[in-house]
Amino acid sequence: MQSISDILSWMNQQLLRMDWLYQLIWNLLGQVFGIDMQSRMGESLHFFIYDVIKIFILLTVLIYGISFIQSYFPPEKTKRILGGVKGIKGNILGALLGTITPFCSCSSIPIFIGFTSAGLPMGVVFSFLISSPFVDLASLLVLSSFFGFKIAIAYVLVGLLLAIAGGTLIEALHMEEYVEAYVRNAQNVQTDMEEMTMKERGEYSLEQVKSIFIKVWKFVLLGVGIGAVIHNWIPQSVIESVIGSSNPFAVLLATLVGIPMYADIFGTIPIAEALFLKGVNVGTVLSFMMAVTALSLPSIIMISKVIKGRLLYTFVGIIAGGIVLIGYFFNAFSFLLI
Amino acid sequence: MKIEILGTGCKKCKQLQLEAEKAVSMSGITADVIKIDNPIDIAAYGVMNTPAIAIDGKIMASGKVIDAKKIMEWLS
Repeated sequence: MQSISDILSWMNQQLLRMDWLYQLIWNLLGQVFGIDMQSRMGESLHFFIYDVIKIFILLTVLIYGISFIQSYFPPEKTKRILGGVKGIKGNILGALLGTITPFCSCSSIPIFIGFTSAGLPMGVVFSFLISSPFVDLASLLVLSSFFGFKIAIAYVLVGLLLAIAGGTLIEALHMEEYVEAYVRNAQNVQTDMEEMTMKERGEYSLEQVKSIFIKVWKFVLLGVGIGAVIHNWIPQSVIESVIGSSNPFAVLLATLVGIPMYADIFGTIPIAEALFLKGVNVGTVLSFMMAVTALSLPSIIMISKVIKGRLLYTFVGIIAGGIVLIGYFFNAFSFLLI
Repeated sequence: MKIEILGTGCKKCKQLQLEAEKAVSMSGITADVIKIDNPIDIAAYGVMNTPAIAIDGKIMASGKVIDAKKIMEWLS
């Protein structure tokens, strides 16, 4: 066991956390450019350059690999798989498939209609809808890179639990009437699309890398910039008094600030990292990240076109409540994970 | 011929539409490129991953941008 854990740690440190890059940039700035690495300027420069390069490498490699895997799980296939299971198993499978089915908020409505019209139970549909923005392969690996694999795995497990529990709760509340009528009456359509060839999967993945890169590079630079400012220029005491461990409302505050914002995990992670390095508890940092990536005004507006009233509030409430709960959970048990 | 672009208005949908229009003008046939952005209509095609492209009512691809060359093959 010990040796497996050692190997995992080493892989995480060198491949995901890229300690070699950290050292390389450090030496380059200090020895080649003669910058004083103990100075604030030196430290922020180091933070900025190291983080930007690291995030862009992660983004390229991860998106490619993940897209390749995702190409095997188009929503049409997910719909077929989910159609065959009943009860809590459906919720578990829905939550799991939510992590690997390609998903963007602009296709959440067609997916919702497609799943509902296929006769999938509400609970299963919502387990899928909660899990897909929350937990995905990218967040697992990115978290692992910045916070270590224990936290990453714990995050994924807790996220899946939330999706399963949330879906089950929505099912039990019987709120079918709050789904817009046109969704309930939509025809179930089976499509038979050709399976992709290996070459097409490769092209698809490359296309994903390109389009995500074009979409997020500005956010990454902005995020790392904010991160660098937090890391080197804002006094520890300020951060601590606002969202430090002494403030019992830190998690709540981090969630409320995060919800209206919308950014990709790649843009959020440098800010989260800087807060973490400043001594903010890991649960508070995770709540902030989840609030930014999983719940946002545009996605709420989008989903409100298909569900309304109590169901909408319940859905948003479960996610927001879950984010806060997970934050407190991680703060309470972080000693086990770091 | 009728080419339909299904999408709720994200960037990729616009790209796909441009590629389709390019394919039509390059192949020289007469075809209408119609944009469908109502989610109900999209779902009526069984499409869950936008953008998608349909030719004469048949879904040819979904969830990705197809380049003009490939669309031209379908048109001929």
